[in-house]
Amino acid sequence: MALEYDGEIRGVLRDHARLPVDVDSLDGGADLFAAGMSSHASVSVMLALEDTFDVEFPDAMLKRSVFESISAIDAAVSELRAAA
Amino acid sequence: MSVAVGADRTFVDQIRRIADEVAGVHADGVDHDARFPQEAVDALREARALSAFIPAELGGGGVSTWALARACYELGRRCSSTAMIFAMHQIQVATIVRHLDAPWFEAYLRRVAAEQRLIASITSEIGTGGDMGRSIAPVTPDGDGFALEKQAPTVSYGAHADDLFTTARRSPQSEQVDQALVLHHADQTELEPTGTWDTIGMRGTCSPGFTVRTHFAFEQILTAPFATVMNETHVPVSHILWSHVWLGIATEAFERGRAFVRAAARRNPGAPVPAAHSLSRVMSELTMMRAEVDSALADFLAFDHDPERPDLATLTSVLRFNNLKLAASEQAPRVCMGVLEVIGIAAYKNDSPYGVGRHLRDALSARLMVANERIHSVDAGLLMIAKEV
Repeated sequence: MALEYDGEIRGVLRDHARLPVDVDSLDGGADLFAAGMSSHASVSVMLALEDTFDVEFPDAMLKRSVFESISAIDAAVSELRAAA
Repeated sequence: MSVAVGADRTFVDQIRRIADEVAGVHADGVDHDARFPQEAVDALREARALSAFIPAELGGGGVSTWALARACYELGRRCSSTAMIFAMHQIQVATIVRHLDAPWFEAYLRRVAAEQRLIASITSEIGTGGDMGRSIAPVTPDGDGFALEKQAPTVSYGAHADDLFTTARRSPQSEQVDQALVLHHADQTELEPTGTWDTIGMRGTCSPGFTVRTHFAFEQILTAPFATVMNETHVPVSHILWSHVWLGIATEAFERGRAFVRAAARRNPGAPVPAAHSLSRVMSELTMMRAEVDSALADFLAFDHDPERPDLATLTSVLRFNNLKLAASEQAPRVCMGVLEVIGIAAYKNDSPYGVGRHLRDALSARLMVANERIHSVDAGLLMIAKEV
């Protein structure tokens, strides 16, 4: 199933995740941390996602599993936008 | 604060006795000679304290995190090196107990309990700039098993440990942040010293650098990713146990100050004791430290209540337990310095009953073991995204 925000999320990752590989070479379920995203870079990614989607991740969602893949991020963003 | 149940209370009493009767007796000699506190570690083995945190059904003592923390405090009051070795060992045990997911590690915990094996950790690595969240040396397939060669700038009590718990890049193809934890036995490991351990404090931890070469089986790699272990166990449990060690050191320095002013008061009954006034200010510093250490432990116990640990997995939890480390590591030497100034020259002398030189020197290690500047830079990022701090 296509992800709702796939393009925007890849854009954020391209600008902020500092991955050693091309974001487009990763599939939706690929582990971003295993692909080389550091904890430090993940914080920049979270901030950029909040800006891009005009959402705020509550503290309970600020954890590794929520940001570990494009599909996990997509699910989190979808949940927050649905609640908005 | 939680009320200790029977097993916890008995355990803490036992550790206090070892602290008073063994660790404290040898503390000056351990510090002077920068030697491993063998007597105290033997006594801890004798009391089966090395398996205290292992569940009873695996042969351990089944005590709580609260009891481990109190034990670190009691040992810290008498011998910082013994206390820090005990704390570091328990962090390794807690990692395995809390992320247990394979028969090999279950059998291993039974061995730790039966043989009272001491576990050291090798997390630091030359070239990572002190970032524990990255590894350079990879786990490499080698014959019928796997091999690892790592350049470690400090390995506490590595030469005295029965087993070593080492972080590594998961495979030669893995990124540096994709880490695994390997538990290897001393008889599978070659430790080639690359330096000495002649330091200003924590001299008995015997923590020189080594080139580590080991060969091990696939089962000896912990399945849980190190990043999960870091969040849910390593950061909170390390910072809680370390800060209890430092609270013990600061409390003992403070008690020496109190003994000094009491002696002064006894010499001239009724006369004012100016030093007591200064010591009262130091007490405020100690009280703040104790409040932070106690509340962090209470928070951890509350966060840890849910077996799924959703609260410990959040980044705000990292922020919370990083703050504990920063506060306690800066406050402990401040208390020792305060006491030094209250007592004066009698505290500056190494052979005085009021000496606090060892305490101050040991406490200075606190802000360096995981450098506070590194923790501040992690917190700086987390502050941007946390909603409530």
